[in-house]
Amino acid sequence: MRNAFAREITRLAREDPRVVLLSGDIGNRLFDDFKQSCPGRFFNCGVAEANMIGVAAGLAMNGYRPVCYTIAPFVTYRCLEQIRLDVCYHNVPVTIVGTGAGLSYASLGATHHSCEEMGMLRLLPGLSVFAPADAVEVRACLRAILQQPQPAYMRIGKKGEPQVHADLPAYRFGESIVLRMGRDVSFLCAGTILPLALAAADELASRGLSVGVVSMPCIKPLDEPLLSRVFAGCRVVATVEEHSVLGGLGGAVAEWLSDHPGLGARLLRFGTADEFLHETCDQEEARAHFGLTREHLTERVLATINAQPAQPC
Amino acid sequence: MLHLPNTAASAVPFGASLEELELVARDLRYQVVQLSHNAGTPHLGSALSCIDILVAAHWRALRIDPQHPEDPDRDRFILSKGHAAPALYAVLAARGFFPSAWLDGFARHQSPLAEQPAPRCAPGVELATGSLGHGLPVGIGFALAARLAQRDYRVFVVLSDGECNEGSVWEAALFAPAQRLGRLIVVIDYNKWQATGRSDQVMALPCLREKWQAFGWKAHEVDGHDLAALTGLLTRDFAADGPPTAIIAHTVKGKGVSFMEDDNNWHYRVPTDAEVAAAARELASR
Repeated sequence: MRNAFAREITRLAREDPRVVLLSGDIGNRLFDDFKQSCPGRFFNCGVAEANMIGVAAGLAMNGYRPVCYTIAPFVTYRCLEQIRLDVCYHNVPVTIVGTGAGLSYASLGATHHSCEEMGMLRLLPGLSVFAPADAVEVRACLRAILQQPQPAYMRIGKKGEPQVHADLPAYRFGESIVLRMGRDVSFLCAGTILPLALAAADELASRGLSVGVVSMPCIKPLDEPLLSRVFAGCRVVATVEEHSVLGGLGGAVAEWLSDHPGLGARLLRFGTADEFLHETCDQEEARAHFGLTREHLTERVLATINAQPAQPC
Repeated sequence: MLHLPNTAASAVPFGASLEELELVARDLRYQVVQLSHNAGTPHLGSALSCIDILVAAHWRALRIDPQHPEDPDRDRFILSKGHAAPALYAVLAARGFFPSAWLDGFARHQSPLAEQPAPRCAPGVELATGSLGHGLPVGIGFALAARLAQRDYRVFVVLSDGECNEGSVWEAALFAPAQRLGRLIVVIDYNKWQATGRSDQVMALPCLREKWQAFGWKAHEVDGHDLAALTGLLTRDFAADGPPTAIIAHTVKGKGVSFMEDDNNWHYRVPTDAEVAAAARELASR
């Protein structure tokens, strides 16, 4: 995903001289092409994220389109007040890109995990929050974000994530991507965990259920028309994300649902728990720790369906 | 807003003599005393300490035009110590950026002039400040934008000494020289007090000039109430890609009103009617 980001930001910067790239001392060699094709528009801001965000805001106030890039927890938690005041309060078009988001860097420990940052940032007025699922969505979201005159955060994975989409030529800012429609169950996914939901959907389909899968790369603004359709059209809606069940996609959908009673479907939220991960593990093992497995998703959805009263014919 | 006899700051043009600027500074001090009194707002001592820095900048150094406050080539001035906003408002009104009548509504409901500046609240206000440690990184962004757009404007940022407690200031202090932002000028209003204590004791601030110099800045120390010296430093020829400049301005908190000078109670106290009158007498006579 980070390679896709690097290629796309280089392409966009070639097209738009206002685009500048700020890096928090990361991406060794990743941006060589950018530096070569857009001389003077790459700034290594060092290991100083608070300053980087302020600098980006100052550039944006003078007509530039800065994109700040470093590891997700550092470009969010560390400099939250700079994002809140310099960027959001002034409502300037700074794009913040957090790489290695969620549990991508599970093996590096909780210092490198970001399972709360979407919830934190979603609260900031005017800030859009994106979590693309694969390299294709990264490119589509980045293009859409840079066409908007407002601030945005985008979390991405690291490298080697499976590619789900062949192409997304017509992606529009904020919209969801429906991969399958289902009448019994719908998975709503944010970020790189989408293939897991597809696997669980296959499993549930093999047991006779009609299962939908939607990628929601934008969790703010929330795609409300899609939620209305999905909640009115099936029995269980399950959010899936590499993020706390508090505050992220699941939290956002739960808030929305409380304002839209009577739609029928039961909401399940799959994500990380309200705790730090203390065990030494890789990303797959970390997902398993939090029940983010095909088996667990399948079992819990089935149990919920089976516990529901029979549908009137 | 009342003025001292025969010394309305708004009548004094850019480039006026130092004698006239002394009178401007006195009148502005009287205005910030009134603003604090009328609105019941704190931080008067902090506003008084930086008046001379603002006067030297706005009447001698800054290439700004009140008729064209959005001119892309204008010099940028950021008051990073946003709690001293009344000083900035009084200066901008006197320089004609907005009507002086706006000062009468300072900090009242729906006034453009809040207790601390909001984004794009009034012509001439470049940044919403109030939380410390934000002005310098944003100012660096302004300076980088000038370089990218091949414009030759300068960026002036006024910090407080208490503000130098913030880590973001030192992140920025490390970054600006690495980018050789020669048209970035920081002025530190070193009034020796922060909210609840001596700034040299709360944090290890002494040798402030040496600190900035060691970080790669061209650093100067100056009497922050000496308009001639301030003007001399602020009107230097700042080379585009040389080191940035840091001016450590030694000031007195509450400067200009004897019973407020170096008394940190005036970080929060609001002057009474009698104290406003006493301040007016002192400022008119000294």
